Formats: sequence, structure tokens, C-alpha cells
Amino acid sequence: MVETVKVNTSNKTTYISGSVKTVLKNNIRQYAMLIALFTAMIIFQIATKGIFLKPMNVTNLILQNSYVLILAIGMTLCILTGGNIDLSVGSVCAFIGGIVGTLIINMKMDVWLAILIAIMAGALIGVWQGFWIAYVRIPAFIVTLSGMLVFRGLTNTLLKGLTLAPFPESFVKLSSGYIPDFSDVMGINIKVKDININITALVVGILASVIYVFLENKKRSEKKKYEMYIIPLPLFIAQLVFVVAAINVFFFYLAIHKGVPIILAIITVLLIGYSILTMKTVPGRYIYAMGGNEKAAKLSGINTNKVLFLTYVNMSVLAAIAGIAFTARSDAASPVAGVNFELDAIAACFIGGASAYGGVGTVIGAVIGALFMGVLNNGMSSLGVGSDWQMTIKGLVLLAAVAFDVISKSRAKA
Amino acid sequence: MEYILEMCNITKTFPGVKALDNVNLKVASGEIHALVGENGAGKSTLMNVLSGVYPHGTYSGKIFFENKECVFKNIKDSENTGIAIIHQELALEPYMTIGENIFLCNERSKMGFINWNETHRMAAELLEKVGLRENTHSLIKDISVGKQQLVEIAKALAKKAKLLILDEPTAALNETDSENLLNLLLQLKKDGITLILISHKLNEVLKVADSITILRDGATIETMKKDDTVTEDRIIKGMVGRQLVNRYPKRTPKIGEVCFEVRNWNVYDPLVEGRRIIKDVNIKLHKGEIVGIAGLMGSGRTELAMSIFGKSYGKNISGQILKDGKEIKIQNVRQAIDNGLAYVTEDRKTAGLVLIQDIKNNIGHANLSGLVKRWLIDENKEISVAEEYKKKLNIKAASVFQKTGELSGGNQQKVVLSKWIFTEPDILILDEPTRGIDVGAKYEIYCIINKLADEGKSILVISSEMPEILGICDRIYIMNEGRIVGEQYRNEASQESIMRCIMQSNRGEYGGDGKSKYVQ
Repeated sequence: MVETVKVNTSNKTTYISGSVKTVLKNNIRQYAMLIALFTAMIIFQIATKGIFLKPMNVTNLILQNSYVLILAIGMTLCILTGGNIDLSVGSVCAFIGGIVGTLIINMKMDVWLAILIAIMAGALIGVWQGFWIAYVRIPAFIVTLSGMLVFRGLTNTLLKGLTLAPFPESFVKLSSGYIPDFSDVMGINIKVKDININITALVVGILASVIYVFLENKKRSEKKKYEMYIIPLPLFIAQLVFVVAAINVFFFYLAIHKGVPIILAIITVLLIGYSILTMKTVPGRYIYAMGGNEKAAKLSGINTNKVLFLTYVNMSVLAAIAGIAFTARSDAASPVAGVNFELDAIAACFIGGASAYGGVGTVIGAVIGALFMGVLNNGMSSLGVGSDWQMTIKGLVLLAAVAFDVISKSRAKA
Repeated sequence: MEYILEMCNITKTFPGVKALDNVNLKVASGEIHALVGENGAGKSTLMNVLSGVYPHGTYSGKIFFENKECVFKNIKDSENTGIAIIHQELALEPYMTIGENIFLCNERSKMGFINWNETHRMAAELLEKVGLRENTHSLIKDISVGKQQLVEIAKALAKKAKLLILDEPTAALNETDSENLLNLLLQLKKDGITLILISHKLNEVLKVADSITILRDGATIETMKKDDTVTEDRIIKGMVGRQLVNRYPKRTPKIGEVCFEVRNWNVYDPLVEGRRIIKDVNIKLHKGEIVGIAGLMGSGRTELAMSIFGKSYGKNISGQILKDGKEIKIQNVRQAIDNGLAYVTEDRKTAGLVLIQDIKNNIGHANLSGLVKRWLIDENKEISVAEEYKKKLNIKAASVFQKTGELSGGNQQKVVLSKWIFTEPDILILDEPTRGIDVGAKYEIYCIINKLADEGKSILVISSEMPEILGICDRIYIMNEGRIVGEQYRNEASQESIMRCIMQSNRGEYGGDGKSKYVQ
């Protein structure tokens, strides 16, 4: 009798400790990257004695990394198709910068027309590279390595080795401007201790939180319906509170600086659009299926050549957008713009959990990876770490992130 | 009786499962010992313990080889002792020559420099021994699977193996090559080598084995000497733990009109200029009919199926395809699917499934437009569709969210079938639908096939297992060297009649070449 009771209690304890363990295991892996991101931010905040998370610096962080974020979104799709990467995006950024520079500064063309032409040029570059990759089946690595050289060369030819500057203000504003505050328009001004508070930013933050809570809750109830694994309610609420707090603090910071940067709006639209594309649409499924097993995808009626082709066209279009953003931000079209952008974008995808073999990875993961790299860059610069060490540290972080993924996966298997 | 190998009370556990439970295996010197059991019975695990893949200490129990206890830390240790294993998936380097492969990790070298003349001379000797007439300088990728198997055996012999373990050696071979391989095993036995043969093909086991050990659920069920009382049914009973009354479910065919026809179909090799792979093929399928294509491996059956299925194979394809009497044009897989065709590939792992994705994703792949609601994929529908097929086809999985890579072969095949049934096809082409699947799951697959036929669909089954073709098909086309060389109805067909048909066509075309020795 006594023995039975003993057995029961011991069973119960192992069950509880086991479940806590599995909860941690399942969730820490899921949120490892986010946790790393916030940990890095807190460490920098302490180390820089509060400079790192100053409102101005938070805005800067977004502006500085906007083009890598845009590139990482496109790069995720390339990597998803089967571990293919695009090495040409940095050069394409520079080339597109050269095109808008020539059109706007030298030829005095209308800004919007120039942007349209630049994006179409990006699409053409994508068609060129996509053709060789998808239909001739030359490895993407080689085609885009060629593109990296070709478009860097063409940039130099176009700009004759010189930097074009300055751009008209309407162009520069695209990348360093802010969404106009509707309270200003209505003539309301709220000031706290002489700081102008941007109401739009606060409203956007609240809206974003509401949408986030709604979507998460919907996802959870759907998972429940299908008896899938869901995280315990307290943890779920903690997650909601944490994310909502983070969103609102973030927008509050924007509000007390200058408001919502236009480029942030662009990135958000791209992020949401591409998340839906990859997770919820037929072309998204095609990409994942192709990356998981191209042969099976083909025999399921998926035109894998077309998928690969369009992925690369898309990548170059996004590279063009990133190139425009970068040119606008630096207010100059330079022949050395965009050097190493491709490496930052690729690193962001892998840090964000994409598989080097394709078929695994998310757009949001790549964006978090890019932000993580941006935080490292910005934080280390604030601390006065030299660029030599910054590179070394970034390189090791990339390795550590992927090693963590590989090792935790092989443990899960054993 | 002297035992060359004794494995006593081997127990091996993986987290959560006991793969082997007190298994005992005694193999006598100079015999062919067959190891049989369903998939997952523990055969491969046992052989991995023996060959040092799982090192000493990761299992409990003792192994004695030639009366000495063995403590293997790795594969090299077991090879040095004289145990060689040939795995089902061949471990050859495709871009190396036969000679290089035979002496890989066992190089003929002096002071670190490889003596290539010696390598190829000795390789040629070994090829002679295993009866393979092939230049030792040929690349592995250029020779057939059957020949690759022989190279593997030569490689084992090069290591002076005393005990040779073959895991499903004939799984990928056609009947002729299988026959040759079995004869080689008997020859090796005569030369004093002891063999362990793991096989699903019980007729082959009965042909060559001296004793048979049956494993079930990680435990030894029994070891029997081969004598007249041992029959296939007797072994199957041991394997599944029950008498399998009928290996093929009964069905009364309700055959309708002709609904699919291929006329004057010709296909050329995509790589070798001017080589015709499919020659003037004409086939017809009726509604509700199960039609088989029998033939040796390399006879062009898969090539025929794939060329019909959206020109997935070959070039310069010519001929007509008619559906319900009307000619249809099929240029790619999409059009094939849209015209009501489905093709279940012979290799579900490399061409049928995306293994890193879950069951529901895989089922949707061929008919994603059927899941779309307002531009987006309706995940609720996707899940309910998957749940429906999971229930209908009895897919054994934790849920439809389980990755297909984690499923057993039989359940993977059911997922592939679900994927194609979801496209609502009229004609299903099933290429080796039960390869590598255990007896119980095979029966379930046959039931599914029968049900599809009863619903009025036409089914074309390609299989290298002749009993299977004879067991489930209403009509059988016999294919050889890219041609349809015969057509037999169920009641008139037998293994002998089909083989005779193939051999006669060989003689007809080549006037009796080397293969005729097979017909006796």
C-alpha cells in the first residue's frame, strides 16, 4: 500500500518536471532568436549606459538596416527553393542607385517615374539571372556571382567612377522621411516636457497590438480545435503581454522622436505581404515543396522552373527597392554602394533559421535575423568597437546561431 | 555443429523503444542463414549491432565470432574480424571506377602511394569470382544496379570476409539478376563463406537458405532448419504471428468501356542520341479495370509510365493518347493531372513525398487549387481533407501534422496514394506500389487499389513482384526491351507463362543470346 503511493507520487513529479521541461524545450527553441535579440539589446543598453535604446537610436536602427531587411525577405525565398542564394544583390543595389542617380540628377527626371524605371530595371535583371538559373540550370551561386561582378562593373561604367549627389528632397524623404502626423494636420499639438509627441505613431502601435492579439488568439483556438500542441495559457498570456509591451514601447519611442519612418511602413507592408505569400498562398506552397523535394514537386504538377525563375525575378525587384532606399538614405549614388549587402542578407536568413538545403525557413525569421545583426552592428559601434572586431564577432554569431540549430535538431532526433 | 557466430541475449534500446529484446542468433559455419521478419522487426538493428555500427556498450548481450567474444567499437573492427555487411542502399561512390570502389578504404598501396595496376588486376580477379564481366575502369554510375550489387560483393571479398551479410540484396534487381545473385550466393557458400541473407522475398529464402531465423517485434520467434516442411505460409505465419489466409483480397471486377488508350507510343532516351526506349507501344485501359505491366527491370515500364504522365521522361515522344475516345494532348504534368491522370512513383522517398513536411501538406501538393478560398489556402479545409484520408486509408500517424519522413514505408505510401486520390483522377498509374512494405500493409494497399477500381477508375500497376501482378490484376501486359510483347488475362496467366513470353521475345529479337541459359 505504502509502496503504491510512493510510486504514484514519483510518477506525478516526473510528469510535471517532464512537462515543464518539454514546454521550455519546445518554446525556447521557437523563440530562441527573439530571446537572443532582446538579450543583446538589454546588454547593449546596460553597456552603453542607456544610449543604445534612446529614441533617436531606435529610429536609426530601423533606417540603417532597412535595405538589409528588404533584401533578407527576398533572399529567404531564394534559399527556400533549395538553398539557392543570390550573391548579386549588393551590386544590383548599387546599379539601381546609379540608374536613379543618372535619371534624377543628370536627366532631371520626375522622381516617381525614375523609381518606376529603376524597379523595372530590377525586374529585367531578375529575368536575366532567373533565365540562366531556372531554365539553363546553371547553379544560382555561379550565375549570381557573375551578376555580382557584372552589375558592379556596369555601375562604375554608368557613374564613370564618380559619386552623384545631391538628390532632390522629395527623393531623399522616401528613406529618411516620416509619415505625417494627423494630429499636426488637425492642428493638435501634444507636448510633454518640450517633446512633441507623434499621435500617429501611438495609434499605429495600439492598432498593431490589437491585431496581434486577435491573430494569436485565433491561431491558438484553431490549434486547440485540431488538438495540436499549444503552449500553456499562462505562458501564452505572458507572451502576449510581452509582445504588446514591446510593440507599444517601440512605437512610443518612435512617437517621441519624429514619428513613423516611411521606410518602416514599406518594410512592414513587405513583411506582411511576403509572410502571407509564403504561408498562405499556392505559390508559397510551391516554393516550400520545391525546396523540400524538387523531384516530388515536379511530379505533383508544379512547374519548378517557373517557380525558381519568378523567385529570382522577385529577388532582383526587391534588390532594386533596397537600392532605391539606400540611395535615398545616403543621398548619393555611389559606385561602391551596397558592398557586402548580399552577405548580410544571407547571414540574416540563416541566423533566422532557414535551412541551407531549402524547404525550411520563414520571412519573419530572416527579418529577426537581420535585426539581430543590425543590433550587433549598432550596439558595437555605440560601444566604440572597431569595424575589424565587429566583422569577427558577426562571423562567429552566424556560426553559433546555425550550430545551435543543427545541434538542437540532432538532439531532438536522438 | 560448429557455429561461426553466436549472438546471445542482445538487447538494444532507443529512447522510448526496445528495438531488440533478448535476441539470440546462431549461425553455423558455411551455411546460408536467412533472417526474415516484417519491417521494423529488428533485422537491420541486429545487423548493425553485429557490424559495429552500434558500438559495444550501447547494447547488452554478447557476441561470439569463431568462439571469441567480440568487442567492436566501429565498422572497421568488425571488418578486420572478417564480417562484412552489404546494406540495402549500396555504399558505392558513383563517380569512381569499379576498381577504385572495390579497394576503397582498403587501398593497394606502398608507402602511401596507390598501386593502380595492382588495384585493377586484383579487382578484375574479384569480378571474375563474382561473375561480373565488366571493365574495372568503368564508373559505378554507368553500370546497372544488379552489377553494382556484384561490385559490393567483390568489395566484401576483397576484405577477406568470412561472414557476409546481405540486406535485401535483390530488392532492386529484376528476376534474372536476382537469379544470378542467388546462384552466386550458393557458389560463395561452396567456397566456404558463411552468409546471412536478410530478405522479404520468401521464395528466394526458401531457394538458398539452410536455416531461417524469424524476428518479430524485436524478438526471436524461432530458428528452423530448411526442410520440406518449411513453406512460405509457415514463415509468414511466424512473421506476422497469425496465418495470413489470403495475401490478395478478393474482388469481383466490374469492367466497363475503354476509357484510356495509348497508341503507337515511341520515346527516345533523353541522354543517348537516337536510342529508342519505348517502341510502338499500344495499351488500353477499361473503366474499373486493374491492368498490370509485368517485365524485367530495365524493360521500360517506368519510362513508359512517366512519358505518358506529362512527358516526365524521354524526348522526341510520339504517339496518341485517347481518353474516352477523344485524343488529348499532354505536354506537362499539370496537363496530365488536369486530364485525370495520376502517377504514384516507384520511389516514394525521393520522388513521391516532401519528407520534411507534414502529412497534410503532402496530401495537398498535387491539387492545391482544390484548397484555395479567396486567393489563400484554406487551412481548415486542408486539415479536414487530410483527416478524411487518414481515416479512409488508415494512415497510422500521431496526427496529420506529423512529418512524413517519420512514417513507416507503408504509411508513407498511403500518404502518396491520398495525394493522388485527392486529385480525383480517372486513371491511376501505380509504379511498384508495395515496394519495401511489409506483408500487412501490402494487403491494405491492395484493398485500396481494389476499392478505387470498384469506383470505376482504371488502374495500371507496374510491379516487379510477379505474384503481386498475378494476385491483383485483371489483365497483364508483358513488356520487354521497350515493347509490349504479350497480353494475358488473369485466368490464363502464371509466372511461368509470363517468363516464357519474355524469353521468347528475347530469342525472337536476338536469336538466343546469353540470357537463354535462364530458361531451362
